[in-house]
Amino acid sequence: MQASPAEIWTVILVLGVGTYLIRWSFLGALGDRDLPGWVMRMLRYTPVAVLPALVAPLVVWPAATGGAADPARMAAAAATVAVGVLTRNVMLAILAGGITLAGLLYLL
Amino acid sequence: MSPAPEPRPRNRQAAADEASARALMRSPAAAFRHGIVQSLPFLVVIIPFAVLFGVVATEAGLNLAEVMGFSVLVLAGASQFTAVQLLSDNAPAIIVILSGLAVNLRMAMYSASLLPWLRGASGRHKAWVAYALIDQSYALSIQHYERHPRLSIPQRLAYFGGTAVALCVPWMIATWVGATVGQAIPDEIALDFAMPITFLAMIAPMLRTPAHLAACFVAIVLALVLAGLPSGLGLLIAAPAGMATGALVEWRTERKEARDAGIPG
Repeated sequence: MQASPAEIWTVILVLGVGTYLIRWSFLGALGDRDLPGWVMRMLRYTPVAVLPALVAPLVVWPAATGGAADPARMAAAAATVAVGVLTRNVMLAILAGGITLAGLLYLL
Repeated sequence: MSPAPEPRPRNRQAAADEASARALMRSPAAAFRHGIVQSLPFLVVIIPFAVLFGVVATEAGLNLAEVMGFSVLVLAGASQFTAVQLLSDNAPAIIVILSGLAVNLRMAMYSASLLPWLRGASGRHKAWVAYALIDQSYALSIQHYERHPRLSIPQRLAYFGGTAVALCVPWMIATWVGATVGQAIPDEIALDFAMPITFLAMIAPMLRTPAHLAACFVAIVLALVLAGLPSGLGLLIAAPAGMATGALVEWRTERKEARDAGIPG
């Protein structure tokens, strides 16, 4: 990580204040004002759009292998998604992915 | 054909009425304790998740104060992981902040949906509610308010306070434990992939509808296509495109359902 302590604290403080303002928005400033329907619709999909976009390159080109595709990490990603979709349980999915990765790294 | 009465629905109704009567009778202190008790099952997820954040953020190079700064001042798991990931990719601060905020935009929805229930609360109380408005405290409280619509404002605030204390304080303590443990973990263990696995595990249970799947698919394809752009920039294009796709698919599905139901629209 190249970020300086000043940069890291800037991120923490601005992200903290910004997140607080998002949470406070309607309870505090916006009150009963209605957001347009299309805005509410888009908000519903923020997590399922932001997180996959963040994670996809990390799965396909892992930093640890210098960007070379890695069967163990691919398989771990697949196991995590499969268990997450089937059980709807976040911790079980993490466990499945972690065990798959550790097992394959040990075997391969 | 048998005229025997069906006891179950009536019993269930009676049980619900009784639960509501109990909820209405609670003093604020009892409502606070009730909120704590109902939050406890969520700790099974929150504590390991916070430990993981502490470990991963420490491994990425943050010191204890910075790790705790995230968990106390931001207090939003997915965006904390997002920020640490982008920081370790050496993305510019502005992109780290925008991405973290994007992950948290959903909380505007929580804020809007709690407002009708907390409208009479003082500004100071609403300011505290905003601080502790995380996925789980929101989910528990809105269910409680909708099940017992006649609760007073102090009862509602006290219940929320119980969930907030029971969920947020362990989040912070477990982060600290993770950060302390993280310093002792040898580098050979493949922790680089703990963050991707955590994100995937959070996404998978959300893929409930065709609209969610479409949003996720478009975001992934664009993120991969745009991966050559400077760090984090692809995300700022891929994520809004995914969100717009989800909204569009939802709108088309609703319109089709309305048409099938014979409602002109």
